[in-house]
Amino acid sequence: MAEHRPVAAIEAVENGLAAQGYIASRQIATAVYLAQQIEKPILVEGPAGVGKTELAKAIAAWRGLKMIRLQCYEGLDEARALYEWKYAKQLLYTQILKDKLGEVLGGAETLHAALDQLHDFGDVFFSKEFVEPRPLLQALEQPAGCVLLIDEIDKSDAEFESLLLEILSDFQVSIPELGTVSAAVPPTVILTSNGERDLGDALKRRCLHLHIGFPEQRLEERIVESRLPGISQMLRRQLVGFIHDIRTLDLKKLPSVSETIDWARVLVLLQASELGPEMVKDTLNVLLKYESDIEAALPQVTTFVAKAARQNVFG
Amino acid sequence: MKENLHRFFRAARGAGVRVSAAESIDAMRAVASVGLSDRGILRDTFLLTLAKTEEEKQALSECFDLFFKIPEPEQSSQASPAGDEVDEKSGPESQRDTAGAGERSAENLGPLAQMLLSQDRSAISAAIANASSAASLSDIRYFTQRGIFSGRILDQMGIQRLRDDLDELATTNPTLAERLTAALEQLRDNVRDIVSQALLLYGREEAENLRNEILRNAPLSQIEPRQVEQMRLLIRKIARRLRERYSKPRKRQRRGHLDVRRTLRRNAAWGGVPFLTAWKRRRRDRPKIVALCDVSGSVARVSDFFLLLIHSLHEVVSDVRSFAFSGHLIEVSDILESKPPQEAMQEIMSKVGFGSSDYGSSFADFEKQWMGAVTQQTTVIVLGDARSNNLDPRADILRRIAERSKRLVWLNPEGRTAWGLGDSEMSRYATFCTVVRQCATAQQLERAVSDIVATYQ
Repeated sequence: MAEHRPVAAIEAVENGLAAQGYIASRQIATAVYLAQQIEKPILVEGPAGVGKTELAKAIAAWRGLKMIRLQCYEGLDEARALYEWKYAKQLLYTQILKDKLGEVLGGAETLHAALDQLHDFGDVFFSKEFVEPRPLLQALEQPAGCVLLIDEIDKSDAEFESLLLEILSDFQVSIPELGTVSAAVPPTVILTSNGERDLGDALKRRCLHLHIGFPEQRLEERIVESRLPGISQMLRRQLVGFIHDIRTLDLKKLPSVSETIDWARVLVLLQASELGPEMVKDTLNVLLKYESDIEAALPQVTTFVAKAARQNVFG
Repeated sequence: MKENLHRFFRAARGAGVRVSAAESIDAMRAVASVGLSDRGILRDTFLLTLAKTEEEKQALSECFDLFFKIPEPEQSSQASPAGDEVDEKSGPESQRDTAGAGERSAENLGPLAQMLLSQDRSAISAAIANASSAASLSDIRYFTQRGIFSGRILDQMGIQRLRDDLDELATTNPTLAERLTAALEQLRDNVRDIVSQALLLYGREEAENLRNEILRNAPLSQIEPRQVEQMRLLIRKIARRLRERYSKPRKRQRRGHLDVRRTLRRNAAWGGVPFLTAWKRRRRDRPKIVALCDVSGSVARVSDFFLLLIHSLHEVVSDVRSFAFSGHLIEVSDILESKPPQEAMQEIMSKVGFGSSDYGSSFADFEKQWMGAVTQQTTVIVLGDARSNNLDPRADILRRIAERSKRLVWLNPEGRTAWGLGDSEMSRYATFCTVVRQCATAQQLERAVSDIVATYQ
């Protein structure tokens, strides 16, 4: 086995994602590479806003595949996730074809013969024509493969997890009337979870488990840079340093990467060249989403800004 | 290499990471596709395929570092720390060796003696590794087994022959015998290190299980301060187990009654022809718990663990309100929700703890202010020894609580034989309780809480 190949391949993943504006850590890139190699779904856990959903989008964009998204919620069931029969269409067609049916069955002498002819008529009304594919089935039917994003799986019921098991391990579903539908090209599956409830072991076992936490300072700076190429290096470094300090506080909801990017965008809009205590205080509501959090953070702002500025001098 | 991977999986299990057969197959496939050249990637690969939670990732990454510190047969060509030591210490000696003296008598020595004298560190560490796997070192579980395994490994390496050689040399060539003895000591040290490391890798889970088993059955009120933290961990584990058992809402069988209204509404689109049926479903309540905990004297510690357990059951229990009392009663739910267990308990103790308990007036406090919290769906749990210092027990209030609630459970840390003796009012209170049980150890605590939750299933 060529020993250097995987390392290069993982770097290629990193670069590919970076080209789509997603700066991945080595572990994320390894996960994406492995998912492709051993055809396993990735279960991504981590706090809200660290780019779990973005990862799926970036993979889809990088590989030039279609992304199919299934948003989970409490009460999500087969009919919404997998497939549904088009009842109304079936009903309509039987009405329209009533006369035709009469003709077909007219020639039959006995009830038995009529039944046989009806059988010949086939399971017309339970054919592909009448199936309404939902995201999971759609994903299997994509001829070129796709990226299937099953978002916030922790919000769905435990029964729904069991429904996913067949799809995740074999990339196929069974529809009683039609038989088993297998994927033409196995889709890349990404599941995300905010850890609202513990997922079943059976589901976890079938997945690669990737935990994305808050990124390190350097990585976060690169993420901001890739999202906002116009931002000055000084502001970028100060702002990321400041956010890392904020994350050490005891807050209800810590600001995550998406908040960092939003805030950076705001600061660029305000044409700030460096962080000032007043400006931070005015824009803190972009970063923190609870009144109590803002109150807790306000007294610290001046110190943190000063610290971030110092860091810039020495860093 | 496969052998090594299997050993690593066993070590991972030892570190508390649950590795099933299927997961190990996945990991093997993953390793096959990333290769072994880059340690960072290999590590990420294991973290991705084997560990399924944050804690498991932490444990596995420690295990990974520890595991790849041990020189394995395949790695024996690389310098191992133990091997280096031997080399440095014996550097001048081996030069002397090549210079001449011992060569001729070395020829009729056993293979182990020759190996030791030749100071071939890679050969030695390879031999140790081979002997370890022959002695199935990875089966080591308890620290008491260290001696046995060291002995077995040395036996495998042929220490018997070496002893004979030593005896012989002692008379014929004392200087060589001395060198050999030194080398043997070195070898013993190496083997001991290897065994200790193996114990650390493979034995952790068993040792922990053993400790937990002892802890589970130890009286909560008498555990030593240094064990409190371990006990907290154990309680958290129990909470996790209870959560897993009870949190999945098992829907009742949907057979039986057609829900006509919902069926009609759902099929309105096709003129009320019932394509889709809707069935009546019975809704299941999640437990609502009101806990009254005595925090005086020896009961305090049991209450501490009990409150910790009850408050870590969010997924299972929809509503917990807890109250602590000794002389009077206060609500402590907020304190427990907002602070880490250690601090919360301290705060509670500073507010109501350390008084002599007065069940009567505490019940009166509860009736006056919080009786509204008790509904037909509530299980009321009282935890205490029912020793009211000969004050009025106010059993009438307890009766009213029992009438309002679904169930009234009394958990008493004292043994059954002590109930009703001295100032214990247990027998009077017991009349109004649905269940009275002893609850002195973690195991009894788990059973008690499990039963309470199970009545709602």
